Amino acid sequence: MKPARGTGGPPVLLIILGISGLAVFALPLAGLLARTPWAKLGSLLTGDVVTDALGLSLLTSLAATAIAAIIGVPLAWLLARVDFPGRTIARGLVTLPLVLPPVVGGAALLFAFGRRGLFGQPLNEATGLLLPFSVWGVILANTFVAAPFLVITVEGALRNLDQRYEGAAATLGASRWTLLRRVTLPMIGPSLVAGLVLTWARALGEFGATITFAGNLQGRTQTLPLAVFVALESDRDAAIALSLVMVGVSLTVLVALRERWWKGF
Amino acid sequence: MEGLLGLNADFSARREGFRLDLKLSIPPGRTVALLGPNGAGKTTAVNVLSGLLAIDQGRIELVGAVLDDPGAGVFVPPEARRVGVVFQDYLLFSHLSVEENVAFGLRSRGMSKESSRTRAGEWLERMGLLDLARRKPGQLSGGQAQRVALARALVTEPDLLLLDEPLSALDVSTRVQLRRGLAEHLEQFTGPRLLITHDPTEAFLLADEIHVIENGTITQAGSADDIRLRPRTHYVADLAGSNLFLASAHNRAVDVHGHRLQIADDFEGDVLVTIRPSAISLHQHRPEGSPRNAWLTTIELIEHLGERVRLRTGPPLPLTVEITESAVVELSLSEGKEVWVAIKATEIGVEPE
Repeated sequence: MKPARGTGGPPVLLIILGISGLAVFALPLAGLLARTPWAKLGSLLTGDVVTDALGLSLLTSLAATAIAAIIGVPLAWLLARVDFPGRTIARGLVTLPLVLPPVVGGAALLFAFGRRGLFGQPLNEATGLLLPFSVWGVILANTFVAAPFLVITVEGALRNLDQRYEGAAATLGASRWTLLRRVTLPMIGPSLVAGLVLTWARALGEFGATITFAGNLQGRTQTLPLAVFVALESDRDAAIALSLVMVGVSLTVLVALRERWWKGF
Repeated sequence: MEGLLGLNADFSARREGFRLDLKLSIPPGRTVALLGPNGAGKTTAVNVLSGLLAIDQGRIELVGAVLDDPGAGVFVPPEARRVGVVFQDYLLFSHLSVEENVAFGLRSRGMSKESSRTRAGEWLERMGLLDLARRKPGQLSGGQAQRVALARALVTEPDLLLLDEPLSALDVSTRVQLRRGLAEHLEQFTGPRLLITHDPTEAFLLADEIHVIENGTITQAGSADDIRLRPRTHYVADLAGSNLFLASAHNRAVDVHGHRLQIADDFEGDVLVTIRPSAISLHQHRPEGSPRNAWLTTIELIEHLGERVRLRTGPPLPLTVEITESAVVELSLSEGKEVWVAIKATEIGVEPE
């Protein structure tokens, strides 16, 4: 590599460390691809375990993302805009699932929403609904672990947004809802999309909280990561096939969104 | 009742340790400038009048209706006021096209998509923006953005027009040209207009009446000549000290209030003339040699500002002059004394109005 005159190339040490960094991300994927039983792949992917897990994973991760959007955006707005007592504590609570081991999160969910849980018992008595070991349990676990990505991204965007634009919209006759819908949300649009994608990706990969709170029942609560974990012990080829499905789905969505939404972002 | 159809405001508003006291009456068709340095409370005034900030005391009335009166428990929120605002930096919505920006106020007030588009289109045409209707604000020049902001504010036919530093986002060369366009657009708005500015030239040229604001209070109000010739604070004196005149130019000479001054370059038509107070010299006898502008006048006022002394001279062309303390002693100047004024043609600043 010949550096352009007068600029000097990038420092050699940086190049070596940077390439090592890339290797951390690339090598595991290479290992996975190297062990893939390509000939059997077709029959492996159409097996019951894989299709059940894929369907359930897509359903629960999208549901969790939708719930995160519905409750997470208002929460982000409150955290960014309303100076209520205990706001710092609330912000800490939202961040907690990001650093908490997911297994602990799952255990906490069990104590709160389990059959004998603080809220689970009255909920069960009143409605007959049982969250643990159900699809709802998977969705709740996914939401608990993944929604903080949306809340934090959107809150940051709202705090950086120049509020004078909302004032300008108000002087033009826009009600609070109109200015939220036509000014605030479109102006933080890229951050909102980024938050949704991160949330969805995190929910899709959720393992610890799900297995603790919702269990591992094929067709009901066994999502793709859980199926991979089980298959690793019994059927290695199936585990690889499941892993490839996850890589494929995640990569497709991330690349598609990057092209459409993240340009110049 | 006088001013019933215009704006009547007399209030005080507090904000983060800052207090603004303002008393303002603007009849329809009249432009008042709020002229003051940064931090004087000008933007707070915009926020109060547009309803983005509530007052603590007093009363604001527009077209006879009360907008804000804490005593009577009345507060009309911004979306229910009929106040058009051209904000500092314009604040155009970057995700909407020019047309959608202009139609925003109409849509927000419940007009159908179809009719709001038609109305927005009429205003775009009037402002010469029709070709830019589909552009995003990011693709506009400063002058175009200003006209979009003006169209957006006026399309809803407000009862009051507020302009917060409408020219400060522009570079100097386009400012002169756009000031003229702005003056024409202001003329077409028949309601009361309030211009917020830190630029005395803008205030003198665009407003019928100037209110000088310093540290949250009005320190002086009056016509451009009142402010210029009878400054009451140092800030006003510094502003007015620039000797600013509207004049007509012809053949290397300008006519200022019937008084003829020789200038260095050829100009034709309406111009803005500025003379720095320190560029004017005073003499006991008729000066010989180069200065081509010289006349006999009297000293009307002497003001000592430390090392410098500021004087105001009388007819035929009242000027603010700044000389040193020692020159005052040397010429033994005093109020009422006759003196010769001399200005070199090259020291007279002329720009097309």
